[in-house]
Formats: sequence, structure tokens, C-alpha cells
Amino acid sequence: MSDPAHDHPLLSVEGLTLAAPSLGVDVVDDLRFHIGRGEFLAVVGESGSGKTMAARAVLGLLPPGIQRTAGRILLDGEDLAAAAEPRIRALRGAAIGMVFQEPMVSLNPALTVGAQLAEGLRLHHKLPRDEIRARSLEMLRRVQIPDPERCLAAHPHEFSGGMRQRIMLASVMLLKPKLLIADEPTTALDTLVQREVLDLMVELARDHDTAVMLITHNLGLVARYASRAVVMRQGRKVEEGQVGEILRRPSHPYTRNLVDALPRRGAAATPVSGEPLLAVRSLRVEFGGRGWLRRNRRRVVAVDGVDLDVRAGETLAVVGGSGSGKTTLGRAVLRLAKANGGEVRFRGRDVLGAGGRDLHDFRMGCQLVFQDPYSSLDPRMRVGAIVAEPLRHLPGMSDADKAARVRGTLEDVGLVGFDARFPHELSGGQRQRVAIARAIVRHPAFVVADEPVSALDMTIQKQVLTLFRALQRRYGFACLFISHDLSAVEEIADRVAVMQSGRIVETGTVAQIYDAPSHPYTRALLEASPTIDLTRMLESAA
Amino acid sequence: MRFRLNAVVGAVLIGLVLAAALMAQVWTPFDPMKLDLRARMQPPSAVHWLGTDEFGRDVASRLIAGAGTSFEISLLTVAFAMTVGAVLGVIAGFLRGWVDRVLMMLNDALLAFPGMLLALGLMVVVGASKYAIVVALGLAYAPTMVRVVRGTVLSIREREYVEASRMIGNGEGYTMARHVLPNCIAPIAVLATSMFGWVLLSESALSFLGLGVPPPAPTWGNMLAASRPHMDTAVWLSIAPGLCIALTLLGINLLGDGLRDRLDPRMAVA
Amino acid sequence: MIGYLIRRLAMTIPTILLVAAAVFVLVRLIPGDPVSLLLGEDADPAQVIELRASLGLEEPIPVQFGYWLAKVAGGDFGVSIASDRPVLPLILQRFQVSASIVIGAVGLAVLVAVPAGLIAGWKQNRGVDFAIVTVATLLLSIPSFWLGLLMLLVFGIKLGWLPVVGYVTFGDDFWRALGYIVLPVATLTMIEIGVLTRMARASAIEVMRLEYVTHARAKGLAEWQVLARHVLPNAFAPTWTLVGLILGNLLGGIAVIETVFTLPGLGRLLVDSIYARDYPVVQGCLLFTAVIYVLVNLIVDLCYPLFDPRVSAE
Repeated sequence: MSDPAHDHPLLSVEGLTLAAPSLGVDVVDDLRFHIGRGEFLAVVGESGSGKTMAARAVLGLLPPGIQRTAGRILLDGEDLAAAAEPRIRALRGAAIGMVFQEPMVSLNPALTVGAQLAEGLRLHHKLPRDEIRARSLEMLRRVQIPDPERCLAAHPHEFSGGMRQRIMLASVMLLKPKLLIADEPTTALDTLVQREVLDLMVELARDHDTAVMLITHNLGLVARYASRAVVMRQGRKVEEGQVGEILRRPSHPYTRNLVDALPRRGAAATPVSGEPLLAVRSLRVEFGGRGWLRRNRRRVVAVDGVDLDVRAGETLAVVGGSGSGKTTLGRAVLRLAKANGGEVRFRGRDVLGAGGRDLHDFRMGCQLVFQDPYSSLDPRMRVGAIVAEPLRHLPGMSDADKAARVRGTLEDVGLVGFDARFPHELSGGQRQRVAIARAIVRHPAFVVADEPVSALDMTIQKQVLTLFRALQRRYGFACLFISHDLSAVEEIADRVAVMQSGRIVETGTVAQIYDAPSHPYTRALLEASPTIDLTRMLESAA
Repeated sequence: MRFRLNAVVGAVLIGLVLAAALMAQVWTPFDPMKLDLRARMQPPSAVHWLGTDEFGRDVASRLIAGAGTSFEISLLTVAFAMTVGAVLGVIAGFLRGWVDRVLMMLNDALLAFPGMLLALGLMVVVGASKYAIVVALGLAYAPTMVRVVRGTVLSIREREYVEASRMIGNGEGYTMARHVLPNCIAPIAVLATSMFGWVLLSESALSFLGLGVPPPAPTWGNMLAASRPHMDTAVWLSIAPGLCIALTLLGINLLGDGLRDRLDPRMAVA
Repeated sequence: MIGYLIRRLAMTIPTILLVAAAVFVLVRLIPGDPVSLLLGEDADPAQVIELRASLGLEEPIPVQFGYWLAKVAGGDFGVSIASDRPVLPLILQRFQVSASIVIGAVGLAVLVAVPAGLIAGWKQNRGVDFAIVTVATLLLSIPSFWLGLLMLLVFGIKLGWLPVVGYVTFGDDFWRALGYIVLPVATLTMIEIGVLTRMARASAIEVMRLEYVTHARAKGLAEWQVLARHVLPNAFAPTWTLVGLILGNLLGGIAVIETVFTLPGLGRLLVDSIYARDYPVVQGCLLFTAVIYVLVNLIVDLCYPLFDPRVSAE
């Protein structure tokens, strides 16, 4: 079967090998794939797969410690790897455009947006100033930036992450490249914004018949946007093919792992009746305001009259975008942030006004697992000491008892023998398990988990979440699970509360929220989440 | 533990100076204060390794004695500044609120004076003696230490593991002692190293101006000042003390760089 | 932006007041009767009474501070005991000398250090970087007074190219003035190059790790364009802050250079008046230098938004 894309591909990577001499490893090993004209290819992998380095190699932008040791990179038949520096520079931007991950640092804060948009045009097409201005304005309108004229004169820091990513797209597509490489362009963005930006990217690519190479770890995005995909693991390509095929019938075990790591709906828990363990009424948290140098700063209401119940043993997920107030809610409930109004009762007793003994009792019964595994553990303490520390508040435990408890907990989280290690010796997933161990060592009744797996790779996320669920069943603690991603909590939640701008807009069981959402915001979130679509598709195919 | 070249060189240089400083307490080739008018202004020779000055005193011995004095003053000053800085910085960073604001206001007032200027001003009040210099320089540099300690405490306080400590139920005092302070040590150590260099230089400068350690006690600074009238005839008198200061400062800077490289390898040079 | 300017200006006033208070306290701490300190031992009794009254020595200390502040704010810094001249004009005259040397030196140093630091950061860990950092470290380890002495020894005495002692203002005779100023400025410049280069290098390294630099390269810009348009403006900001600190420090420590080269500057005036127990001048020098330092830092801060537009938004 002749595949026109294969015969005259736009980009053909053949046998690419990238080495990191100082580390003594190959970052990319004998990679080969191709992209046809106007085609949308996804390169999928987790951290360490080499996908970003491969993309950088195409543009000749490898960081200092990494070199190409073998292979060719053919763009329309021309070998980029062998080309001279001036030729590569002429191709960068004009033939191949690249969009990066971090919208907050991908635009130069010292230059105006207009200057940065103009740079590429001036360099490659040598257009006069008014022509550049006209085209820039047109492109800004195309990417739906309000008030494009003001935008040209403004600086990047005046825009939000989503807007900056649009400006990036505008800047890159102004040059009408034949190939657009997008390296995790929306990972740092909210779900809703993510969808808008990616949809826009696809439109623009279609406008100019630009091929797209999307680098991502998110299978949902792959399913929604790409026609073909290449799966990479530790520098090697393990599978390649049409997206539908790969996802429905993965041939390589690693691909199967990735697909299995997609969240599936968990078994519904039997509803618990009786008094809720934690009852929140009309909770209000505000920031900002006074101070003689900040007279005019308005007070921001982060949590605006929230009501919630968490029953013993159940997992309530609170889902919302950034700025929804969900993290503040979690903190306020634990009294790590000051509440300005409302009531929180734990086991019927008031929490917000508690002092001394009562507060201490509350602390004994609740715990928090933080989001960032890299800063929630004291770098100077060993794992054993970190997990043992909470036990100093349990009266009547001998040293032997404590040691046994610590050992048992470490075993529960699958970190046997890790007592003597330091946090910096552990991976992200392992650190998060230590954080979980620390949270449950006292067998608390209630745990707040603040985006505990967002910073982790997909397969590791799955592992940690499965562990968490198992521990919950074993120890029976209730959990308030905070997340920005609706799809991630489908597996672990019993009930879900959707939060927007400080208010809870909808609450319900998993079945209610996912199958029959009532609030428009919930519906928008569900629609925007590519992973949910994919999961449905796979489930229906099975 | 990989040892970096600059830290090693720095450590060696400082080690030599330290050895000289310690040796000064016990033995020097000649008595640094002893006048020998028959042997005035002699260039370096086998007897007087670095020659003699205008009073016939052995330059090498005076340099060694000067090492002792400078080191002692610098160490005491850094210890003084560090103590004041650490205590006030921790209090301000820990308690915050009005205590913090008042302390910072006073601190900023002192910081508004360039270091040497404040030291000069304080010397007017305290007079000239070894301990007066320690007090003057200590007070001149303590505000920087207060600022850095406070800044470090503030940033560490916001770290998640500190919040985790509170979550567990640990009291504020325990949290500070167990989690915050031990993690503050690194930036403070780097600052202390740099400060040692600044103080040494300031003390030499004060002595050079005649406002430091009073003669006839030798410090490198006042030896350099005394060499000025004889610059064209007795070159060695101008070179030796200055070279000592320069090498010591170089050693301190290299050591400080080595420390910083260990903490933040991205800035390193090979 | 305007808000930032106003806020920054507003913060300066309490700082200056605190500085004045510190000087006031310092001078009061000097052992001895304030009036005889200020007028000298054998002063005219009528003057003594008048000064006592105008300083309000019978009043409580805060009131005395008020009187003193009023006098000083009006430009009355008193009269020098040694020379019988009013203090403020004397200080201003000397200040011109010091300022010309300091500003000249720092200006030249910035012109050399910023490009050097950028290049070192760009070629991090290679030969060029190593060489530049080594030279910079050596330069900043040398005490300024020793370097000055050596320069004087070589260029003034041994080679005889430049005058050893003396000073002439630029107004009087440009070329001769230049001759007197070359060595002191060169000395200071070399040392400040050491300090500034390292800072510029560190900033350059920080900035070059950021994504917008890679993005600029991905657009097809040549390295020098990336360095000039994207790295330099962003890396310059921290170096600029350091420039303010250095200017201040040099103003405080310029006395040593002025001593070596026998220049009639402000530092030398302070030291001489300390020796001579000429306390009105001491007080005046301390106050003047500290206020200038505050103003210098103000100007540095006000220029900051030019390099980092994010600052004014706070």
C-alpha cells in the first residue's frame, strides 16, 4: 500500500542518535520517523523518553551537554544535520517553527510584543515596517487577542498564560512555516484554555498547510488531534502507527501501560449515612487589601461562601481551574490559611475558632499531602525520620512501637528499606509516596490531598493513585482530593464538587457529574478534557 | 564530594595565612617591634627574608604578626556581625509584624550608610584600638547580615516542608529549630565567608588611613601606609604587605566561590 | 509606572530622615560637650551662647533633633573649626573631585565588564570563560590602595609618565587635569571591572537558561543578535543594581584612593577632619555622603523599569 506521506515526507528522521557524554548515556537511540506535508504527528512519551531532545535536534538547538552522534534529519530531502550554520538559521522560523511549554518565560519580558512579532518577519522576509505591522495585527486578530493595537505596544507580563501562548502561536505562524513543532504547549494551562489554544493551533496549521509535530505525554490530546503517533521510551521508538490503532490495539507493552494508565471509573462506594465527618458552611476566604503602600489593591475573594460535606471513608474531589479557589479551600479547612467567615466542623466540633487543646486534637485527626514532591520534604532529614516525625505527638508510644509503625507504613507505600535515604536521592513518585506515608502514619480520619500527582508522569500517577485508593480502603480515612483535571479524579472519587471563581457550582456522585452534568461550567470542563473523550471511546470499543 | 580547583587553591592560600597568624602567637623570625637602627632599609637578604623597614624592623616578622592581628580582628568582627545579624534576623523573620517593621527600619537606616563610612563614623565615637575596630566594623557590617538572615528565614518559612511541620502539629518553636534554621545555614555560611574578606579589606584600609590599629603594632594596612614616603628607594616595603592582603583576599574569594559552586552548580566554571 | 515612581520617591523621605537621625545620634555620642566639639576649645563665648540656643541644648533630645534638622535642611552645616569656612560649600567643592573619579571609573568599568561578563556566560565552562573569571577574581582581590600605590610606582616614579601629586580642575586646564586623574580612575576601574564582570556573568547565565532565549534562536537569530537583543537587556538589571551599591561604597571608601594620589576629595576631607577633631566637618561629610548614597540608590531604582518592565507593574 503506497503511502504518499511516506514516499515524499516533509520531514524524515533517520537513525538519529543523541548522546550525553558527561552522563555516559544515549538520550535518543536510533530514532526514525517521518511526517508528511500537512500531517499531524504526535510524539508520545513520559519524562526521560528523549522526545524533547529529538525535537530540539531537528532545529539544531541541542543544549551544551548533548551531541548528535549519528543519523540524518531530512527536511524536503535536505539533511539539516549536515547543513552549515547560516543555512540552519535561515530555516529556523521560516521553514520550521517551534512553540514551547512555559508561556510565562517563552516571551522576552524586556521587549514589547510588537518587537518580538516583528523580529522573525524582518529577519526572514525583510519586509517594510508598515507591512510587518499590518500582518502582525491581522495575525493577532486571527488568534483572538482583544485590542491587537494595544497588544503590540504592551509587554508580555501584562498577559495571562493562555494569551501568551496565543501570541507565541501568532509569532510562529506569521512566518508560515512548513512544519510546526509544539513541545507540550499546553501542559501549563488550564483545561478550558488548553482546548482553545490547541484548537486554534490546528486551525492555523490548516490555514497554511503546516505539518504539526506535537510532543506530549497526554494520550487524550493525541487521540483528539493527531492522525499518527510515535511512542518513545528511554530514547527509543517503541511503536508507531495510526492513532486509532495504537490506542485501541497497542502492540508494545509500554504503549499498553500508557493506555492502561488512563483513569477509569472506579467502583462506586456505598454511600455512608449519618453525620458528615467534616462539615463546611458558608466558608469565606479573602486576600489582599490594606497596608499603606497597597491602599488601592482590591480584596480578592478566593473562597466565596462554600458549603461541603465529607463523610467518613469517602473521597470527595474538588475540581476547578486555576483561580477557582480550590487550593485555598483545602488550606482553609485545615486552618493553614485564615478564613474570613463561615464555619468548619470536624466530628461536630468547631475548627476555625479552636485553640490549644482542641486545635491540637484537630491536627491529630487530619493531614495534608502537598502538591510538589520536591519541596514538601525537608531536604536535611532522612526518609525514616520524616515519616516518624508525626508520631512524636502520640502519647504512650514507645520507641520500639514507633519504629514498628514507621516500618509498617513504609511497607504499605512500597518503600521498604528506604529509611536511610535522603529526599534528593528519590524520584518524584517515590517522594510523593514518602509524603503519603507521613500523612497516614498516624492513621488520621481525614486527609486533604492537594493535586498530589499533577507533577508526576502518567504511569507513575496511576501507581500513586492506586496506592492511595488501596490505603484508603485499608485504613478507612476520608479524603478531600483537590485537582484541576476532571479526568484524573474519575478513578478515585466517590463524589465530586466542581468549583469556579470561589463557588461550588455543582456537587454529585461520580455517575451524576460525568454522565449527567447540569451546570454549564461542568459541561464545559468535561468537553474540554480530551482524556475523558478517549476513555469513553476506549470503553465503548472494548 | 568533588573538590573544585578554586576551592582547593583558596583553601591552601587561607591555610597559609592562618598558619602564619597562628604562628605569630608563638614565634617569628625576629621580634616585630624591635628596632635595629643599624639595619635600616635593607633589601631582602638571607638574614632578613623580606628586608627591613625604616626603623630596622624585620619586614617578614611584621607581616606574620600583622597576619595574626588582621585575622583576629576579622574573625572577631565576623563573629560579632553574625551573632547580631543572626539573632535580629531570626527575630524579625520569625515574629514579623511590628517587631519586624521596626527592626527593618533601623536596619535600613544603617544600611543607608556605605560600610566604610559607617565604620569611619563609629571610629570617631569609639576611638582607635583593636576592640574599637571590631565594634565599629561589626556594627557597619551587621545590617547586611541581618538582611540576609531575615531574607533566608522568610523564604524558608514559606517552603512546603515547613507547612508540613505545622500540619503535623509541631509548635512554632520546634518548627523553627528543627526545620527552618538548619536549612538557613548554607546562604549564611557563604555570606560569612564573603564578609570575612570585606572586613579584612576594611581593616587594612582603616589602618592605611591611620585610623585603624595604632602603631607600632603592625598590620598590613599601616605597613603599606608607612611605605609611601620610601616608595622609590625601598620598593619591597610597598610590595610585600599589599601582596599579603591581595593573596589573602584571593584565597577568601576562591573559597567563597567553591562554597557557592557546591550549592549552585549552574554558576560554576569547570 | 507613575505609581511606582511616586511610591519609590515616597520611600526615600523616611530613609533620609532616618539617616539624618543616625548621624545626629552618632555625633551626640562623641564624648564631650556638643558645643565645644562644634566650635573648638577656645571659642568666642558669645558664639557659644548663640549655638547653645540654636541647637536647643536645654530641650529634650527629639526637640534638639528638630532644631538640628531644620538647620541642616536649610543648608547650614556649621563652620569648620580648622579653616573657619562654612562646611557645606567646602564639602560640595571636594565632592566634585570625588564624584568625577568615581563616576568616571564606574562608567568605564561597566563598559568593559558587561560585554566581558556576557561573553563569559555565553561560553560558560570554556577557555574564554575561565580566563575572564580568573582575571576578574584577581582584579577584585587586589586592595585598591595597593594597586594605586603600584600604579603610582610604575607610571609615576619609575617611568615618569604621569604626575605623582596634585590636582587641577577640568575647568582650569583640561589636559593637565586629565593627567592627574588618569591613574586614580584607572586604578578604580580595574577593581570594579573585577566585581561587575562576575555579576554580569552570573546574570547572563541565569537568563540564558530561560526559554525565551531558546525561542529567539528558534526564530533563526544569529547568536550575537540573541545576546544583544534578548540576553543583554534582561541580564543587565541585576548588574545595574550592583552599580548603585558600588557607587555608594566607593563614595564611602574613596578616602584611600585620595590618600594614595593626594587628591583633594571628600574622603580625604573626612579623614583629615577626624584627625583634626573638626567635628562640624565630620558631621557634614557623614550626612552628605549618606544622603547622596540614598539618592544614588533612588536613581538606580527609578531606572530599573527601563530594563525590567515587570517591576513597575507591582
